[in-house]
Amino acid sequence: MKILLMGNPNVGKSVVFSRLTGVHVMAANYPGTTVDYTKGSLFVDDKKAEMIDVPGTYSLIPSCKAEEVASNMFFDEKPDLVINVLDSTNLERNLYLTMQMLEHAIPTIVVLNMWDAAKRKGVHIDLEKLRKALGTVVIPTVAVSGVGIKKLASEIGKASKRRENYISKIKKMSDKEKWTFIGKILSDIQKIEHRHPSILEKLEDASVNPIFGTLIALIIIYLTLKVVIGLAEFLIGNLLDPIFYNYYGPFITQAVESFFPQGFIHDILIGSTYNYMESFGLLTTGVYVVFAAVLPYLFSFYLVLGFLEDFGYLPRLAVLIDSIMHKLGLHGSAIISTVLGFGCNVPAILSTRILEGKRERIIVSALVSISIPCMAQTAIIVGLLGPYGVIYIAMVYGTLFTIYIALGYLLNKMLKGESPELFLEIPPYRIPHIPTLLKKTWIRIRGFLIEAVPFVFLGILFINLLQILGILRVLTEVLAPVISGLWGLPKEAVSAIIVGFLRKDIATAMLAPLHLAPNQLVVASTVLAVSFPCIAMFVVLTKELGIKDMLKIVFLMITLALLVGTSLNLILGVFL
Amino acid sequence: MTSLVELEVGKKALIKKLRGGHILKRQLESLNIRVGKKVKKISSAPFHGPVVVDVEGCKIAIGRGMAANVLVEVIDENSPYG
Repeated sequence: MKILLMGNPNVGKSVVFSRLTGVHVMAANYPGTTVDYTKGSLFVDDKKAEMIDVPGTYSLIPSCKAEEVASNMFFDEKPDLVINVLDSTNLERNLYLTMQMLEHAIPTIVVLNMWDAAKRKGVHIDLEKLRKALGTVVIPTVAVSGVGIKKLASEIGKASKRRENYISKIKKMSDKEKWTFIGKILSDIQKIEHRHPSILEKLEDASVNPIFGTLIALIIIYLTLKVVIGLAEFLIGNLLDPIFYNYYGPFITQAVESFFPQGFIHDILIGSTYNYMESFGLLTTGVYVVFAAVLPYLFSFYLVLGFLEDFGYLPRLAVLIDSIMHKLGLHGSAIISTVLGFGCNVPAILSTRILEGKRERIIVSALVSISIPCMAQTAIIVGLLGPYGVIYIAMVYGTLFTIYIALGYLLNKMLKGESPELFLEIPPYRIPHIPTLLKKTWIRIRGFLIEAVPFVFLGILFINLLQILGILRVLTEVLAPVISGLWGLPKEAVSAIIVGFLRKDIATAMLAPLHLAPNQLVVASTVLAVSFPCIAMFVVLTKELGIKDMLKIVFLMITLALLVGTSLNLILGVFL
Repeated sequence: MTSLVELEVGKKALIKKLRGGHILKRQLESLNIRVGKKVKKISSAPFHGPVVVDVEGCKIAIGRGMAANVLVEVIDENSPYG
């Protein structure tokens, strides 16, 4: 049995999916969180049934890549059952898609999610009458807290038996007839009490007001930086560094040395110096970078990002910044991809599927992959440059910001076509559900641990092997003119550049043993951020844009790395 | 009739006409921006940014070019529809 979970964007399909299948998918309070389908399974009457979480869509006639996935799923997957999730606070618009689906005569269960929010808003819905009008089962739910999910599961079981001879009560209608039909049902079944706007609702409107909105945006950005860096530094200073320096480090060094007093394996495992940032042993620097340097930053960033996502703030930022983004050939929604990129560039590139055209997807992908360093790299940059002063960190990010704007402006001029207009549903503010927020943070961190950690270790292993085989020495000499000549770095920085292909965090960490001057660190960090995609980005860019556009972006990266690295070196050389 | 762009912030209006091609119309209609619907303008972003309107309690941001194609008639505050 195949079950599709469908509905408008941001109605909570992914939360219902997680509840039913136990498969945890990313959910947030803005339209377009789910851009691809996820498969899961559940047991219906002791038989395994496949359930697919489909990206949200307003209509079966798609207007972007994510919606295309949805309509293709509906028409090509031949589902046995559709679970149509609706936002109870906004039945009229949600029912339009319901009507489109019902006329195709596929057995359907209608789920009225966010039932609690509807009650709070003073929306009263007569479930019995709605059931009769649509000819389907209607179940109210509050997916976030699990209300109604049991009932839904049992109705899925019943529906699986009634599959034969299903006749839809809804006949084919024109769009106009559909809306009239919906209007008629609603005037009969729905009553809306007038309520005074709550404080949250007032805040909603203030957040898109030109003056208050800008003020709120600045406050939020400031608080985000404060909390992310503050929490991460607190964790490192008070928890992780003490553990590493007092317990883990001495223990692992002793343990390894008792088996391998010296030699090749000793050096690969714990390196040849005792400083955990500089030894480049798998079990010393490798473990330190992942768990003590990067993880705290990822944790605090994803906690704050998750909060902003679930609160519903990001689409409002999109509205405020829309006119600036148009100068870069984009519209406001691109800021959501950019913000995600600060966590990890990979989900940022995937999120561009909600953008309308290929042109925009290429511009956002180029901007994010070139000028947005991921949180793993940021953690190391802050760690390395922090001791010399905030001004050096600001130089790196200021340069990257300038590249973002200038490159967007250029690409907008160079690439043919126009930037489409923003057309975005703005979700209401919702107080985040803390257990859900923590779970989501954990899923993202687990993703990092599973996908990134192997590459960190591979990077260390790889560079050790290159050194032992003597290849590193050859590369150092070959690339010296660029690295020393143009960028003003010691030629040994070549290992960092090479490892940049695999992982940016460990690559940036490789600058530590070189004992660079702060201005050299600025050049090297910027060059590492700009040049080459890491291996995960390489794969995702190829998959999303095709090999040709991926190569174009890589070409841009190398050109910009040469250009920006050289100019930064010259400018900093004059002023510092 | 004026367009959503010219409509004053805070005012309510009735949608009278959608101009433009059928793809644009379909896109607007699927988000419930249809002839006969009542909208309230919530804000207008600076520097030719998008306008935000409220339709049936749902807020939608619409780019200025698109919003210019939505023609509305202001509802008198004192009328029974206000």
